[in-house]
Amino acid sequence: MRQEKGVLWKLFTSMIYLGTFTFGGGYVIVTLMKKKFADELHWIDEKEMLDLIAIAQSAPGAIAVNGSIVVGYKLAGIPGVLVSILGTILPPFVILSIVSMFYVAFQDNIWVNSMLTGMQAGVGAVIIAVVLEMMYGIFAEKKWGSVAIMVIAFVLTAFLKINVVFVILGCIVLGGIRTGLKMRRGEV
Amino acid sequence: MLYLQLFLSFLQIGAFSFGGGYAAMPLIQEQVVTQHQWLTLGEFNDLVTISQMTPGPIAVNSATFVGIRIAGIPGAIIATLGCILPACILVSILAYVYTKYRDLTMLQGILNTLRPAVIAMIASAGVSIIITSFWGEQGISLALSDLKLDAVFLFAGALILLRKFNWNPIRVMVLAGVCQTVISAVARVIV
Repeated sequence: MRQEKGVLWKLFTSMIYLGTFTFGGGYVIVTLMKKKFADELHWIDEKEMLDLIAIAQSAPGAIAVNGSIVVGYKLAGIPGVLVSILGTILPPFVILSIVSMFYVAFQDNIWVNSMLTGMQAGVGAVIIAVVLEMMYGIFAEKKWGSVAIMVIAFVLTAFLKINVVFVILGCIVLGGIRTGLKMRRGEV
Repeated sequence: MLYLQLFLSFLQIGAFSFGGGYAAMPLIQEQVVTQHQWLTLGEFNDLVTISQMTPGPIAVNSATFVGIRIAGIPGAIIATLGCILPACILVSILAYVYTKYRDLTMLQGILNTLRPAVIAMIASAGVSIIITSFWGEQGISLALSDLKLDAVFLFAGALILLRKFNWNPIRVMVLAGVCQTVISAVARVIV
């Protein structure tokens, strides 16, 4: 946990910033959280960030909210959780309140639409850039078991549309068995 | 009474929507359209469209939308609280367990197995966004004419700015949106 002054404020403003610009679902926001808190501020290391994302996914609820809870907890405990959640839901709350009043005008506006279409291409690029970086990390470790898990999990979620919860449960069981066997053989 | 109903409905949505994002949609529809008739099916579809056009998770967006519709701003706040409360409790407990026991060999082994899978799941979310961006809602098509070339160029340009020049992702996203708007404007003038 971080004790420095201003951590809560920084957490709040970062979440407001991320919450305002993350169109296109929860994975966009966790990708940006990784960029912000791991790569930019170095408050969380990359492996830990992946663990936190796994936790965010294994609980029910929106990934964006869960992601902000784990990051908030990790950086500043329960006050961090509250501040982080508030920052994450405030922008959609305000924006949605306004948009629902002017919905019809908003929906048919060609400029709003092209802006959003363009941003979608940008969002895709942001996610792929971060994924590439993390994939290189896995390849660099030269653990082929990890590479196999990555490929299989990708096929299951991208092509077979399996719910991520089952993939996570599968990994927990597999990881448990692997570690259990290693422990029995005295390797770890 | 209405506040309590709103709270309980969104509490259920928050507690049972595993897997995030669109996994929550059928659940929201069940509560909001079928059980309580707070929205018509048409209004629900509008809500989904609005959610796609605005930032934020669909569950939180629906809580705001439905809450405002039937009980004003206080309704929106109560519905949103209900929707995030289960996650708040559960995720905090998991985070606590993680920070406390992360050095255990068993938990380490499980997390090592999970990490590559998490990367894969982020990748597949990225791929589905790219498919929608390149080909629209109907998905991949082999005909070249269905491919939106401007989206492909924007994607490539954005990727270069991110990887080679280390640009801030939000700047890249906004720039991509601005470029698309300029392209549409130019196309309108020419055509």
